[in-house]
Amino acid sequence: MLFAVDIVSFADWFKEAANWAFLIIAVPTLLSAWRTVSSSNIVRAVLYLVVSLAGTAALFLMLGAAFVGWTVVLVYIGAVIILFLIGIMITRAPLGMESDLSHGRDVKTPAALLAVVLFAVITWAVVDAFGASMILPFEPTSTSDLANILFDRFVIPFEIVSFVLLAALIGSITLARKDDGGESE
Amino acid sequence: MYRLLTLASQVVLAAGEEGAAEGGHEAEGGHEAIVPGITDGPLVEWAWLIVVVPIIAVFIILFWGKKLPFKGWEVAEGALGFVALYGTVLMYFNATQGIVYEGAIEIARIGDYHLEWGWMVDGLSIMMYFLVGVVGLLVFTYAKGYMKGDVRFTWFFVSFSLFAGGMLVLVAAPNLIQLIVGWELVGVSSYLLIAHYWEDFANVDAGNKAFMVNKVADAGLFLGAIIMAVSVGSFNFADIIDVVVHGEEGMLSQYAFWTGLLIFIGAMGKSAQFPLHVWLPDAMAGPTPVSALMHAATMVTAGVYLLGRLFPFYIDEAGIFGGDVRDIIIVIGGLTLFLTGFIAIVQDDIKKVLAYSTVSQLGYMVAAMGAGAYTAGLFHLFTHAFFKALLFLAAGSVIHAVHSNNMSDMGGLRKKMPITFWTFIAGTLALIGIFPFAGFFSKDEILASMKYSGQHGQDVANFILILGIAGAFITAFYMTRAVALTFFGEYKGHATPHESPKMMAYPLIGLGFFAVTAGWINFPGVYTGFTTWLATRVPLTGMGDHHADGLDWALVLIVTPTVLAGVAIGWWLYGKDKATQAERDTFRIPVLWPLFENLYYIDDFYMNGIVRPTMGPIARIVLWWDMNVIDGIVNVVGAGSLGVAKVVRTVDSNVVDGLYNEIGAGVDGLGSSLRRSFTGRIQQYAAFSFIGVVVIAVLFIIL
Amino acid sequence: MTIVQFLIVGAALFSMGLYGVITRKNAVLLLASVELMLAGVNVNMVAFDVYLTDQLHSGQIFTLFIIAIAAAEVGIGIAIILMIFRNRQSADVDELNLMKG
Repeated sequence: MLFAVDIVSFADWFKEAANWAFLIIAVPTLLSAWRTVSSSNIVRAVLYLVVSLAGTAALFLMLGAAFVGWTVVLVYIGAVIILFLIGIMITRAPLGMESDLSHGRDVKTPAALLAVVLFAVITWAVVDAFGASMILPFEPTSTSDLANILFDRFVIPFEIVSFVLLAALIGSITLARKDDGGESE
Repeated sequence: MYRLLTLASQVVLAAGEEGAAEGGHEAEGGHEAIVPGITDGPLVEWAWLIVVVPIIAVFIILFWGKKLPFKGWEVAEGALGFVALYGTVLMYFNATQGIVYEGAIEIARIGDYHLEWGWMVDGLSIMMYFLVGVVGLLVFTYAKGYMKGDVRFTWFFVSFSLFAGGMLVLVAAPNLIQLIVGWELVGVSSYLLIAHYWEDFANVDAGNKAFMVNKVADAGLFLGAIIMAVSVGSFNFADIIDVVVHGEEGMLSQYAFWTGLLIFIGAMGKSAQFPLHVWLPDAMAGPTPVSALMHAATMVTAGVYLLGRLFPFYIDEAGIFGGDVRDIIIVIGGLTLFLTGFIAIVQDDIKKVLAYSTVSQLGYMVAAMGAGAYTAGLFHLFTHAFFKALLFLAAGSVIHAVHSNNMSDMGGLRKKMPITFWTFIAGTLALIGIFPFAGFFSKDEILASMKYSGQHGQDVANFILILGIAGAFITAFYMTRAVALTFFGEYKGHATPHESPKMMAYPLIGLGFFAVTAGWINFPGVYTGFTTWLATRVPLTGMGDHHADGLDWALVLIVTPTVLAGVAIGWWLYGKDKATQAERDTFRIPVLWPLFENLYYIDDFYMNGIVRPTMGPIARIVLWWDMNVIDGIVNVVGAGSLGVAKVVRTVDSNVVDGLYNEIGAGVDGLGSSLRRSFTGRIQQYAAFSFIGVVVIAVLFIIL
Repeated sequence: MTIVQFLIVGAALFSMGLYGVITRKNAVLLLASVELMLAGVNVNMVAFDVYLTDQLHSGQIFTLFIIAIAAAEVGIGIAIILMIFRNRQSADVDELNLMKG
């Protein structure tokens, strides 16, 4: 036998309505992810990243993690993508097709091989371990519970993360600022 | 999660009380008992496909469109064909049995709030499904011919399908949240479509303008929706209307005026009401099929649809809700229909004539809503969708042939483009309201409703009625001018005109058929099916709507001669061919004409009065903030770092360096041997590290 | 629903991100690929959080941390790209081989 545990049969899997919803979300997510790394148009690649991240947000909502899902929407789709677009605009990347965004075939083929092998290994491992495990019916995570945990149990990591963010903020301002003479030699 | 919450259709039957027929009118008084025949079953439970199929089509075209034989067009056409078919079937069953259904699935929970995605299947939404499906199908067919050879053909159909899909999301919405999502989808896709030819900066400007003006209005809608939802405790239309119908005193009745006004401002933006109409004529920058769909079935109808959806709130039978807003609505509608009609007279661009005509007709619909005539307003929306799509597509066909938008480059096309000519004539007759074309019935019904409201306590309606009749005259005048300048006289253009290909001509004939017949479904005194179709709503309540019981002959005898006079004067002024455009336009009234040509200076006012004065100071404030505050912080931090660095440097040069030199010599030997593998390329490092990870993982699994 | 389906989506996102990280030459797209990898990790985290019915919701909390750190990373990353671009008029990572031994 290939796997250590029984895996769910496809026929049973397709009988569940939620799995169809899952497919409707997951397939565009993965297709967009593929276009993000393969598109030869820089703006389009970033816009596909939006779709892909929106897909993960939808998966979070599906898993009842509403707060995390909306955070992804706000932070990633709202803010990070804007940063990317600003990065593209400022570095004056030419719009439209550009052949110079990726390496040639000599890099792509081994990279694809590596990615596929990695994917296969992970997939094999998780199917082997969790092949038949169902996610039992669950209550959606309530935001207030999450907040209580975050500010109780995880308050120190939270503070550290906020400090990191502050450092990153100041750091990026210092880095990106145009030095007009002064102490720079 | 993803539980299918098939909400039991709410059937709130008000106690029956026949309205008394007065003055050729029947005041329904909201108490006509309608028993819907279909409240569940597969027909309505699967109606969500209407919304989902076009959205799926968007993704299919986006991912695979370019590889398909027709570059994605067939997917868009197929999706719209499905919507049209389903819409027609629903229309049939609603007409024969009546359908009231609301389905919803829960997609997320935020605290106690359950976000639902749903689909309404009732008379109002079925009419819109039918309209979007049928008009959209014909316009998409036409667009294939029109957009042939466009560099962004596939992308055009992506945004076009999203446009139709967004409208369907909006129409299907059982709650304000979904409505706003659809509202914004329509807004963003219209922006993409208007700026489709973005190589020309003017088109991008037009897209931005549409977006900005709509956003100003959307702010009103958001605020209104939030106030309404907070005061009712639910975003669902069914709950809101429940509160309204039962006349419950409470928060909603307290803030009713402002809520109603704010939501109406949202509707004003999308439905291009004066003074927020400025974006719609500029939206002509998009390809003609976009104009046709935008001006007919989607986008501009959204505002009227919203007013129709919240109609019980605005009709306000209990007298404590949005009733006061109705006077504002009717005045705005009346001003729009009257003022923008004049602008259409002085335009040379044929699409601009039609655009201002659309704004004017939307004024009729909104004014009808303000007069409390639910059926009349939506009936005009219904008929107008067909004949205005027809007029735009015919105009597009002309533009396609002569390669110019200007009527001064046209003329004499009657013989060269017979199909376009005759369908354009049919659309014109329908628009100006000649019996038995579609516009006659709907416009007459609106005017009759205004008369009725004027006699029953809404004094301002009398004044708007006069504006409405004058508007009919203006409409007849400018449409006659357009027909005369385009199709009669000598040809003045440079390209060789020819009839458009079949792909473009057939949709014209299809829409021409509807332009002639669409009015007959509500033939006062003969057959008034449309009234009952629209009366099935979620929740099922009386509408308080009043609609014509028979033709109001007194009005017909005033309006029809007025229209004919408009045609006659228009023909007298523009019918005779003149050699040049300047000679044709000798008819000018000194003060008024420059006013119309400058669009009442509204655009100039927005630009000089609002956009420039705000842009300057904001830019200055941002600059100041950046220069002083942000840079200040950075400088302080920088100075601090410098101080720390100085201390570190002292330690570094004295203590660390000594140690370093010792170790360094040892490492140097090792480093030069390993040096070869360090290419300096981060990506290569990443690749190698992951190869290592994979190897370790495989070992773990195997062992 | 099985847990595996979510894990596979996470693995696929991660692998595609890795492919992007290795093959992309443009620095902005490189960062975008890193975001994809992080998204894959996040899917895993939340899926396990739900599967294990964790009372502390560690998976979700750490997803939030990852999002915050990723935001910081992108901010710094874009700033660095900006600097490099100013100095070299290019955002091509191939030319960044100062670490070459």
